Amino acid sequence: MSAVSEQQVWDALSEIPDPEIPVISLVDLGVIKDVAVENGTVCIDFTPTFMGCPALETMQREMHAKVQGLGAKAEIRVVLDDSWSTDRISPEGREKLRLAGFAPPAPRTAGKLELVQLQGSAYRCPYCGSTDTRLDNLFGPTQCRSIRYCNACRQPFEQFKTI
Amino acid sequence: MSKRTDLLLSIADDELILGWRNSEWTGIAPFLEEDVAFSSIAQNEIGHARALYELAAAELGTTADELAFDRKPEEYRCAPLVELRRLEWARTIARHWLYETADEIRLAELKASDDPEIAGIAAKMDREETYHRMHAEMWVDRLLSTGDGRSRLNEAVDELWPYALGVLDDELRPELRRRAEERLGRELPEIEAVPRGAHEVELAELWEEMTMVRRSAPKGAQW
Repeated sequence: MSAVSEQQVWDALSEIPDPEIPVISLVDLGVIKDVAVENGTVCIDFTPTFMGCPALETMQREMHAKVQGLGAKAEIRVVLDDSWSTDRISPEGREKLRLAGFAPPAPRTAGKLELVQLQGSAYRCPYCGSTDTRLDNLFGPTQCRSIRYCNACRQPFEQFKTI
Repeated sequence: MSKRTDLLLSIADDELILGWRNSEWTGIAPFLEEDVAFSSIAQNEIGHARALYELAAAELGTTADELAFDRKPEEYRCAPLVELRRLEWARTIARHWLYETADEIRLAELKASDDPEIAGIAAKMDREETYHRMHAEMWVDRLLSTGDGRSRLNEAVDELWPYALGVLDDELRPELRRRAEERLGRELPEIEAVPRGAHEVELAELWEEMTMVRRSAPKGAQW
């Protein structure tokens, strides 16, 4: 049996949907930091989004299963540092989020994130495209989202938090 | 136990117990937005606790679950501030704000740690805690904007102040005092801190509830 290639692993992982927002894949989400094949073992560096996200275990289970499907064994290293950011969500991923009604995250700011920025109206409604929106709640139905309201189309929407 | 493990457990216990207390608002907060907010904050804090327990568990040769649930109440290292059960809004906000302010000071130290695992985890926690701080500050603004709100907040802060000091080590306390006094525009009492390890009676009650399922099925349950 020929060894599995890194590209095959990336392709397989890009088929795993995010358990909470299935329109985007784990690769789109940017949580796969690195893939290396060493002596037939597939080593995956995985960076969780939110530390308490209940989907983290499902994601790891799915990764093991996908690699097993390629006839190899996975070793997943969970990297808990500041290296995952919503900036790692791919441009395709951001577009898929928007189409599904989730406003993609704003880029990380150089300085400290301030409430006044979030209360401002620089955030675009994913439904009508207006920036006449306001912050309703910093927190939402999952850890990664806030709730905003669009004054133009009078629709509440979910805004990805910038991390 | 190493100094490192002791530190990890202290912070993990703070986050677990406060997460539990925050979750007590789930379903009964004064309005829906706050129900969602405190539930989400609780989930974040318990996630931080899990990551910190895992680091400690690797050193102690145990598991995060065993550290979270299989110790006796007196073995927890949390600060008494997080143990208090105060299902009253002004006290909830005062505790939230005092804890997040103290935690920001503590996290800044940890982010600068020579230990890459601790520095990394602190930096990641801090990204999430930013939202908790914004939420707490928003509430402080709101309460300070009316006479009634201001007096309720001040009364709650006075009650909790010695507990808030106890979250931090001696050398970090002056910074907490500086920030809190500046924000409230008044001096806070010179008072002795309620130290870590001096548990409140409420912790034993919380522990009974928190560990009940685990104790009823020590070998694990299939759902």
